[in-house]
Formats: sequence, structure tokens, C-alpha cells
Amino acid sequence: MKRGESVHGLLAEFASPGGLVQAVRAARAAGYRRLEAYAPMVVDGLAEALGPIDNRLPGLALAGGLIGGIGAFLMQWLSVTVVYPLNIGGRTPSWPGLIPATFEMTVLGAALAIFFGALLRSRLPRLYHPVFNDDGFAAASSDRFFLCIEAADPEYEGERTREFLESLQALRVTQVEA
Amino acid sequence: MPDIRRPDSPAAREPAEQARARRPPLLAGAHTYDTISAKISGIVLTTRAAGWWHIAFAACSLLTLVFFGSIGYLFYEGVGIWGLNVPVVWAFDITNYVWWIAIAMSGTFISAALHLTRQPWGGSISRFAEAMTVFALTIAGIFPIIHLGRPWFFYWLMPYPNVMSLWPQWRSPLVWDFFAILAYLLLSLMFWYLGMIPDFATLRDRARVRGAQLAYGLLALGWRGEARHWQRRQSAQLLLAGLAVPLVVSVHSVVGLDFAAGNTPGWHSTIFPPFFVAGAMFSGFAMVMTIVVPLRHAFDLGEFFTERHLDNLAKLILAMGLVLAYSYVMELFMAWYSADRYEIYTALNRMRGPYAPVYWALILCVVVVPQALWSRRVRRAPWLLFGISLVINVGMWLERFMLIVTSEHRDFLPSAWGMFYPTRWDWAILVGSIGFFGWLLLLFVRYAPLISMSEMRELLTQQQEAP
Repeated sequence: MKRGESVHGLLAEFASPGGLVQAVRAARAAGYRRLEAYAPMVVDGLAEALGPIDNRLPGLALAGGLIGGIGAFLMQWLSVTVVYPLNIGGRTPSWPGLIPATFEMTVLGAALAIFFGALLRSRLPRLYHPVFNDDGFAAASSDRFFLCIEAADPEYEGERTREFLESLQALRVTQVEA
Repeated sequence: MPDIRRPDSPAAREPAEQARARRPPLLAGAHTYDTISAKISGIVLTTRAAGWWHIAFAACSLLTLVFFGSIGYLFYEGVGIWGLNVPVVWAFDITNYVWWIAIAMSGTFISAALHLTRQPWGGSISRFAEAMTVFALTIAGIFPIIHLGRPWFFYWLMPYPNVMSLWPQWRSPLVWDFFAILAYLLLSLMFWYLGMIPDFATLRDRARVRGAQLAYGLLALGWRGEARHWQRRQSAQLLLAGLAVPLVVSVHSVVGLDFAAGNTPGWHSTIFPPFFVAGAMFSGFAMVMTIVVPLRHAFDLGEFFTERHLDNLAKLILAMGLVLAYSYVMELFMAWYSADRYEIYTALNRMRGPYAPVYWALILCVVVVPQALWSRRVRRAPWLLFGISLVINVGMWLERFMLIVTSEHRDFLPSAWGMFYPTRWDWAILVGSIGFFGWLLLLFVRYAPLISMSEMRELLTQQQEAP
């Protein structure tokens, strides 16, 4: 494999959340699309600056909740009417007593969908990623803010992209090996 | 001339803004992003724990052995080792269960409710409050199992395909309890863990020992702080918080229904579900206070748990205490208003019968002592708050004991009356469970980030951006 092909992208380091948001907006304006921004916390407006945000989680939660709730109710309903009818003092099967377990399983189904949805849609767990190759990247979980322009971006062009990132007042710009 | 009584006039608004500006910040001290990470991860990554930690851990380990040893003996010998017998068939076991599950209620609730209402002071206390929930719930879950005569059949509560073709009784609150605890435990675990992932990444990146790097690296799931991952996590936390609040109310309501569905005088009351929820919040907030004051002192975390945090928490305890006091009054009123001679007798028996000292001790602990929190000076004195919260915890245990035992020991027929006296095994399991809780908490503060570092960074950003 040629040296140039094993490049993941260029990583620019910033000192403040504001600097990173500015840089992302500038990179988007310059036509770059394959961007990743790293921060040690939620930065207001950063995800929005990177492009359309993922708003699928509420839908997943609804689906998980419906599966949990309908599943729990049907299971109980079949149990009391068909599979195992209990005749206690001649009372016919009734639904209100089935609601507590149905409610709990609705919440549980939604919660599982949210938790695993958030992780899997972020493609986590993923223990290896090229940006970890950068020695200074450990600061991304503490006090530094990073912008990575991927080599796969159609606008990416080694030196020109580096100059562009340096013009954004980055603390440093380094090439990340894939 | 502007009318200062109008709330939207500038003259009326200004004092409020000045007052807000005068309030001490929620993150005290001259912190930067790096000092926050260093301070909080330093607690975990230091190679040697403090002397007090070792002493406390040894003591709690011993009590943990007592706890599991007693349970082992219970399994070997049976529930006869306890003091309970007909008519008092629920005593310490279910008292401990309700006490622990109530403590578990408020951890996730406090963190979810403060998250939903955008209260910035929840940031530092929510993490260990969630840990408290998970640990207390784990312990609570042990009690219904060990109170069974044949504990090895506890899984019969679960609907599963079995050769006996049996199904659970869906209309029983005990079955609802199983589902409620299952849902609450899993949701609390997910809420807690989702919050901790970025902090595990910080620990991974700051650890200098191979074992720690590996362990925290696995726990962090490869978190790298990508903006879209943060956004998804934030959205997930908001959704989970929104689910957690009604879930908490439902879980403790079901615990209340465990009693209310029976026809025993003193239990058979529709006030039980909300009354139990209020009691749960109250004892849980008190337990958060019991934990935060020593933690703040031991790790010198006064900058993160400021006096404003303690003050807010104390106000919550006071408010919940008032709801609970109202519930006690309502319980007495309803007993009288029911005109049912058994209900009236149970209410009077609680106050004048053989367990009267328990009743009056709990009124002192739960209704009288918390009134000290009206005083601002008390709310600013950490160790006084610690003492009050301990008294409340004791009082809430007594309350459950009173509710359970006094209702059972004299029900309808005087010929079936009896008394309950605890044995040493009752005490061993109660004290052991507290030791086990302490053991889990000590491990947590030593090996996991006890304050959310990412939320502290957000708080710092907000404080810096504020004029």
C-alpha cells in the first residue's frame, strides 16, 4: 500500500469550544463534507454545524416502547384467556390488572431501544479508531478540541487542506495514519 | 415613573438579576477544563487510597461477610431463625426491602428530574446518586427472595415456558413488583452507564498503568468524543430521563399496592401509593445527603458540592418531609373517617400499643427533626445536615417497621394477636445489608468517576460565557 493511501486525514487541535465551532463552520463553507469534530463535552451548536443531526432516537424509543407494551399485554391476555384461565369466584378475565406490567415493559422496551440505539447508531463499541494514533489526541477527553478532515473527502488535497486548517488558528495540524 | 410592582418592568427585574448574580457559583474555585479532569480522575487514578478508605473498606467487608453469611445460614436453616411468626409474617425482611427500595427511588429520580428541568446543580450530585440507586436496588431485590420459605423457587414470578404449564397471577401486586423492579434496575443501570462512558474515556486517556488503561478502555467502549456521538448521547439521556420520572412513581406505587391490596387494617388504604412515593423521595434525598457530606469532606470536593448544593438538597428534603407529614395526618383522618372499628383501633394501637415507642420515635425523626431545615444557618452547616439526614434514615426505617408490624400484630381477632421480637439474625441481616451498601459505594468512589467530568466542563463553559 502506498504511503498516501494509508492516511486517515488531517487533525487540527483547538483550545476552545468556540474555536472548534468556528473551524467546523469554515470547513463546511469551504466545501468539506467528511468532517469529524471531537470535544470533551457537549458543545452547543457543534453537531448542528457538522450537518443534519440524527433525530432517529425518539422514533426508536417509540418503537421499542410499543413492542414492549404490546408484547407484555398480549402475553398476559393470552395467559388469562386462552392458556391459563384462572376462575376465581367466577370473575371473568379483565384487563385493568394487566396494565402495571404492561406499563413497566413499555418503559423497559423504550429504554433498551434508546440505550442500544444511541450506542449502535454511533457505531460503538469500537475500540480502535485511526484518530487514536495521534499522540496528542488523548487531550480530546480532557481539555482540547479537534477537527479532523478525512482523506476520503472529495475536496481533500494534502497540502492545501493543511494550509486551510492552519489558517483557522489551529494550535497544531497533524496527519493521522489510517 | 415605572411601576415597580409590574414583574416585567425593568425596575422590578433588576433586583432579581442582581440577586442571581450575587449567588455563589455552582462550580467554585479557579477551575479550567484540565483541573476538573485532574481533580476528579485523580481520586481514581492515584495509586494509593487514603487510610480512611482502607479502614472503612475493611469494616464494610466484614459486614458484607456477615450479610452473606447470615443469608447462607438462612438458606440452610429456614426463616425460623428470624423472630417472625404468625400473625407477624412480614417483619424485618419486608421492612428492609421497602427501606432500601425507597432509598433507590430518588437517585435516578433526582438526576432525571434535575436533568429535565435544566437545573445545573444536578450535574455534580447526579452521578453518585445514580450509583446509590443501583446499589440500593440490588440490595432491595435480595429481600423479597430471602423472605420466601422456598427461596429457590423465586423465579416462578417470571413468566417462562415451564413443564408445569403454570403462569403468574397477573393481578397480584407482587408480580407487578417483579416487573417494576426489573424495568427500574435495567433503566437505572443504562442511565448510569451512558452518563459514565465519556468519563471512562477520560480515565483511559489519563491512566498511566496498563491494567487501568485496559479496564477503562473497555468500559469506555472506544468513546472518542465525536460531536454527533455527544448529540446522540444527550438525546438518549433526555429520553431516558423522561421515562425515568414516571417509572420511579410507578415502581414505588406498586410497592405501596403490595400493602394496599391486602385487607389488613392499616394497610388497606388508597393513600398508600402516593404516600409511599413521598416517603421514598424523602428517604432517598436524605441518603444522598448522608453520602455527599462525608464524600465532600474526604475528597475535598467543596468546589463541586458547594453550600448551594447542600442548601438546595436540604430544601428538597424539607418539602418532601412536609408531604409525608401531611400523609401521616391524612392516614389518621381516614382511619377516623372510615368509621371502621378495626382501622380506628389500628391507628390508636400504633400510638398507644406495645409498639408506641417506635411510632413516637419515628414522628420525632421524620416530622419534628427535619423542621430544623427551615433555618438557613442549619442548611449551610454540612455536618448538621449529615446528622439530620442520618436521623431521617433511621426514622424512615422505623416508619416501615411500624407500618408493617403494627398492622399485622393485632388484626381482626384478638385470639390471633401476637408480638414480634427480632432475633440476632434479623439484626445481622439489617446491619450486614448496610455494610454491603457501604462496600459497594466505597468500591465505586475508588474505581469510577464519582462526579460527571463532562457535565462539570459544560458548567464551566456556561460560567465563563455568562457576563
